[in-house]
Amino acid sequence: MKKKMSLKEKKEERWGWLFVAPTMIGLIILNFYPIIQTIYQSFCKTGDFGKGNIFIGLANYKVVGSNPETWQSLWNTVKYAIIEVPFGIIIALILAVLLNKKCVGRSVYRTIFFVPMVCAPAAVAMVWRWMYNTQFGLLNNIFHTNTAWISDPKIAWISVGIIGVWSIIGYNMVLFIGGLQDIPGDYYEAARIDGASEFRQFLSITVPLLSPTTFFIVQTRIIGALTIFDLMFMVMDKTNVALKKTQSVVYLFYQYAFTNGNKGYGATLVCILLIFIMIITVILQQAEKKLVYHP
Amino acid sequence: MIESAQKKAMLRHILKHVFLIIMSFIMIVPFAWMILTAVKTKQESISVNPFYIFPSGTWHWENFGKVWQSYNFLVLYKNTLLMIFFRVVCAVLTATMAGYAFGRLKFRGKKILFAMVLIQMMVPGQIFIIPQFLMVSKMGMLNTTFGLVFPGLVTAFGTYLLKIGYEGLPKELEEAAAIDGCNVFQRFSRILMPLTKSSMVSLGIFTAVFAFKDLMWPMIVCTNAKTTTLSAGLAKMQGQYGSEYPTQMAAATLAIIPMVVIYVIFQKQFVEGIATSGGKL
Repeated sequence: MKKKMSLKEKKEERWGWLFVAPTMIGLIILNFYPIIQTIYQSFCKTGDFGKGNIFIGLANYKVVGSNPETWQSLWNTVKYAIIEVPFGIIIALILAVLLNKKCVGRSVYRTIFFVPMVCAPAAVAMVWRWMYNTQFGLLNNIFHTNTAWISDPKIAWISVGIIGVWSIIGYNMVLFIGGLQDIPGDYYEAARIDGASEFRQFLSITVPLLSPTTFFIVQTRIIGALTIFDLMFMVMDKTNVALKKTQSVVYLFYQYAFTNGNKGYGATLVCILLIFIMIITVILQQAEKKLVYHP
Repeated sequence: MIESAQKKAMLRHILKHVFLIIMSFIMIVPFAWMILTAVKTKQESISVNPFYIFPSGTWHWENFGKVWQSYNFLVLYKNTLLMIFFRVVCAVLTATMAGYAFGRLKFRGKKILFAMVLIQMMVPGQIFIIPQFLMVSKMGMLNTTFGLVFPGLVTAFGTYLLKIGYEGLPKELEEAAAIDGCNVFQRFSRILMPLTKSSMVSLGIFTAVFAFKDLMWPMIVCTNAKTTTLSAGLAKMQGQYGSEYPTQMAAATLAIIPMVVIYVIFQKQFVEGIATSGGKL
């Protein structure tokens, strides 16, 4: 039998509801209703003159699914992630290990690597696009090359990926340093007494004990890379010949939903992305059990 | 023996710094090139032979003034600042309240409600955008500060962050206060809330940086150059000044500099704020 609530408990409950009310009402209006609305909209088409939603069943999914552009953009997004995630993480890990111990200029280095984190990607992309310029760009001038960095379909995705790596290493580095500082120093001392080399210490102590941090970064960066938009939008013009082989799913979503005004098509694209991200999340959760060291 | 070990250590030390300096150089070059281009004439910026790293003659600092005027940067700064201000206030206020309730109070439905908070964090944000846009549009709030702030009125992530902050405080504090006759609200406002200041600062910085960097939302709700933010303003500019590189780079500099200066001054809070927020996500 349930105990009757005391007056004090009742009061506490009322305060609890009052305090969560703004957030919960906001989440329902701003997020939960939109999720349902977007899923519903993916089964609808926008009527003429932007009037209402007309239910058309799976027709959007058939159109979107049979359009090779969709799968190409999904593949482009994965390719971008293949550049950004591993390189952004490996370089950041090296920097974090080097900067974990006190050394000359440590805070200066850290400040410099972190700067892109506070810069608007729109501005960053403009600068890189100028450096990538085929005729007058800094890169081609310095290396005496004639590379079409962002308009050659074969390499444009790499060029965008490089901007992504450059932008993120400082952030990943700071998260890694946080993880490294949680590893007790005694472990290293014991290993040193046993005569383990520094590389050996890195493999046997740092890698396993840092694996929760590493996993966390991998997971958030994969999701972040799969929803990449700003860099793509700023770097890749609509007239760029490499666009088809570079544009991400969210870029395509933006074009359909807001430039072309086809909300149903856009909603379908974003639902496909949602399903894709959910699958990745489940796979990552499974991998976490196997790969992350749980003492 | 000892000497060779010392030499080895020295060599490693040097290699480490060489690597760090090269990496720093790679990080700085885009910014340096941005500023160096911004002070050139258009001719200098596109002359390949001779290739100018520095402006050949005078440094045209007046380019900044021209861009500032012709692009009404004052308005862009104002719009961006207002958006950041209201988003930070809304996020910190609502998340502090909800975080306290989730972290400290007992009430029915708490588990389900908190599950909703977690679900929101797992879903990619793009899925909310079309309906959010339609709502702002129906309210007639396109091209307003309210429209810019709208998706940031509440924050699931902030609620989660603050909940952790409140959970971490010792129980005894509240018990002592309760004995002294403080009610729930007084315990919150006088005793616990001041102790979560660092979580609140973290959330504030995180929210500000996120809002500052956002591009898609301002492009959608504020299509007018007079109402939009720095990010979306730059996107417009790039379309118009396609080949005017000094102009573009001056604009990019103006968009980047304020936040970088603030970052360099409040470095510790920034790095900690973004990292602790990010680390708990």
